[in-house]
Amino acid sequence: MSSDESQSSGQTLQTRSGRRTRSSEATGNSLASGDRAGAGLDRGFAGLARFAGIGILIILAFVAFFLVYNSWGAIYHDQDGQADSASFHIGEFISHAWPLVIGTLIVSVIALLIAAPVAIGVALYISHYAPPRASRSIGYVIDLLAAIPSVVYGAWGMTFLAPQLVPLYNWLNEYLGWIPIFGGSPSPTGRTIITAGVVLSVMVLPIITSVCREIFIQTPKLHEEAALALGATRWEMITMTVLPFARGGIISGIMLGLGRALGETMAVVLVLSSGPIAWSIIQSGRHDTIPSNIASNFPESREGSVHWHELIAIGLVLFVITLLVNMLARWIVSRHKEFSGAN
Amino acid sequence: MKVASFGRAAAILSVASLALVACGGDNGNDGEDTTTDEATTEATDNGTEGGAEEEASGDLPSAADISGNFYGGGASSHETAMLEWISEFEGQSGGAAVEYASVGSGNGRSGFLSGEYQFAGSDAAMDEGEYEDSTNQCGPDGAFHLPTYIAPIGVAINLEGVDENVNLDADTLGSIFSGEITSWDDEAIAEHNPDLDLPSTNITVVHRQDTSGTTENFTEYLAAASSTWEWDADGEWPSEATAESAEGTGGVIGLASEIDGAITYADAGRIDDNFVTVNVEVGGDYTEISSEAAAAVVSASEPAGGGAPNDMAFEIARDTEEAGTYPIIQIAYTIWCNEYPSQDDADFAQAFAAYIVSEEAQQLAADVAGSAPISEELREEALEAIGQISAG
Repeated sequence: MSSDESQSSGQTLQTRSGRRTRSSEATGNSLASGDRAGAGLDRGFAGLARFAGIGILIILAFVAFFLVYNSWGAIYHDQDGQADSASFHIGEFISHAWPLVIGTLIVSVIALLIAAPVAIGVALYISHYAPPRASRSIGYVIDLLAAIPSVVYGAWGMTFLAPQLVPLYNWLNEYLGWIPIFGGSPSPTGRTIITAGVVLSVMVLPIITSVCREIFIQTPKLHEEAALALGATRWEMITMTVLPFARGGIISGIMLGLGRALGETMAVVLVLSSGPIAWSIIQSGRHDTIPSNIASNFPESREGSVHWHELIAIGLVLFVITLLVNMLARWIVSRHKEFSGAN
Repeated sequence: MKVASFGRAAAILSVASLALVACGGDNGNDGEDTTTDEATTEATDNGTEGGAEEEASGDLPSAADISGNFYGGGASSHETAMLEWISEFEGQSGGAAVEYASVGSGNGRSGFLSGEYQFAGSDAAMDEGEYEDSTNQCGPDGAFHLPTYIAPIGVAINLEGVDENVNLDADTLGSIFSGEITSWDDEAIAEHNPDLDLPSTNITVVHRQDTSGTTENFTEYLAAASSTWEWDADGEWPSEATAESAEGTGGVIGLASEIDGAITYADAGRIDDNFVTVNVEVGGDYTEISSEAAAAVVSASEPAGGGAPNDMAFEIARDTEEAGTYPIIQIAYTIWCNEYPSQDDADFAQAFAAYIVSEEAQQLAADVAGSAPISEELREEALEAIGQISAG
């Protein structure tokens, strides 16, 4: 490897792409009879990479602009039919939006409450308990879960899971009905927000599992062996070394899962009988989420109508929520920088 | 790295689900979307059959003389029928290619008014402002509606132990769908069905989750005819009366067929053998759902008025007392210009509109989509209206 080549790549690119340049050294050398062609290629690639990086920002800016621009009509519009009476209707929009925001959060929280402990358990089993061959195939199967389209999950939830859960809901209602969330009359079909949450939990499981598994594997062997040498059991070793080391990674994995759960549309549309907000999570025709509400009503709303603007505006609200979740995840990860799998 | 690859998978999945949502459509024409391509590619070359065509009126241009590209767009409720019509018409034409985009009624009307489409499909008639606009686009007489697709909406019941149609009146239907009557052996239901042995199964109302023309027409019927239904007509089910719901016609039918005691409403053509339907009380008699009864209520309805002289938009007589009519119907109109900018467009409009209202086309729609063929008198009126189309 010539020293000037590694220098030039080091200047323009990060070390990782520098390594890639080096690995393709043979082609680089045969192409570049002198340094000039190599440097040109290098600059070209740097330009491409920069273009890709800036491009994503531009796309995001356009999406944000589109949402904000078209949301305006939701809070500032005419009174029905009177052309010259445009005024602010912020209260109206908020009363339309808040049940959807709450519904979206409820379904996501249910999904995470179920998925996070299971995912951490599965990841620990793969990284620390299972024999190597089994761990590889289990990891593969878990990854496969992420490749199943959400309509398939939705169809499964609608036709199979929901009816199976009806007896459970009846039981919860009978014995725990005094808690408001299990009150009301339980759904005869099981098409409730909690069923949607269960389906979503299966969907976010592979995301959280993969992130956690990668982090758990990276725990320094020295720490683990030191703990074992001091007489710790395997469980004590995990609580003393693996989990503290992986805290940032676990949280970022959960946040990624939350992002997926917040935006999931098709599965919720298929599984949930939507309706207004209520305390009970086992009642029919209650709760709705932002994405499923948009999907159900957008096709038949007339472009430019107030309802159309409202749907876009509620999309903006979801955009902001997802952005906040991501920023929160970034912030948490940055506090545990050296351990995270997300950087 | 791992994280990035999952982000990518998630992105692909979400795009896929968006595409699926977009295909969801309105009145359960799910899966029919693929026929669009066939319809347009089938277009060419076999124009020779065209001679056999031409309905009733002799002075309208025949399909065989039509060639070129034409566009329409709007309601998805008559999409299945429209695609069949287009494919047949193209076969008879001298090389015409017609495309119909299911973009929703409102978008179809605005596309038509901006000149993007030669015709629009719409579940609702144009309002006054839109008619005003159409006088700019379509000559001094503006645009007119043809009631080309009449779809009866059936009230379907899945109830074990009952295999005969159930008689109900509008008030009882209103009480059932608003959740006031909760059991099938309720006095109010039994009163209309002295011969039926009704079980005490709980009633589960299933309605559309998405905004739809079917819901709008059904709630319009309830709002007009039932004193127990408190809400206005709307494409979205009133949130105070929510029960079980599902996406699309296929969704409600699928869900209701799994629940004993379910009642729902859907395009008559989509209601299968798992259900009995409701015979609706009109003028003292119980009318079973049928094409004839559905077409009859259109004949009993008043023209909406206020549009072009040859306009055929109707104010459907939901609360009619005329025996033998079935008032829960949905009309999808096609909207046409009275005056087109070019002779080619005008010829196409006359030929295609005349084909759509023809007995053959109406029967085709009845076969593929379960619609009710329009009556002979409506057809004559429509052909007269089509005769007014001219080139400006």
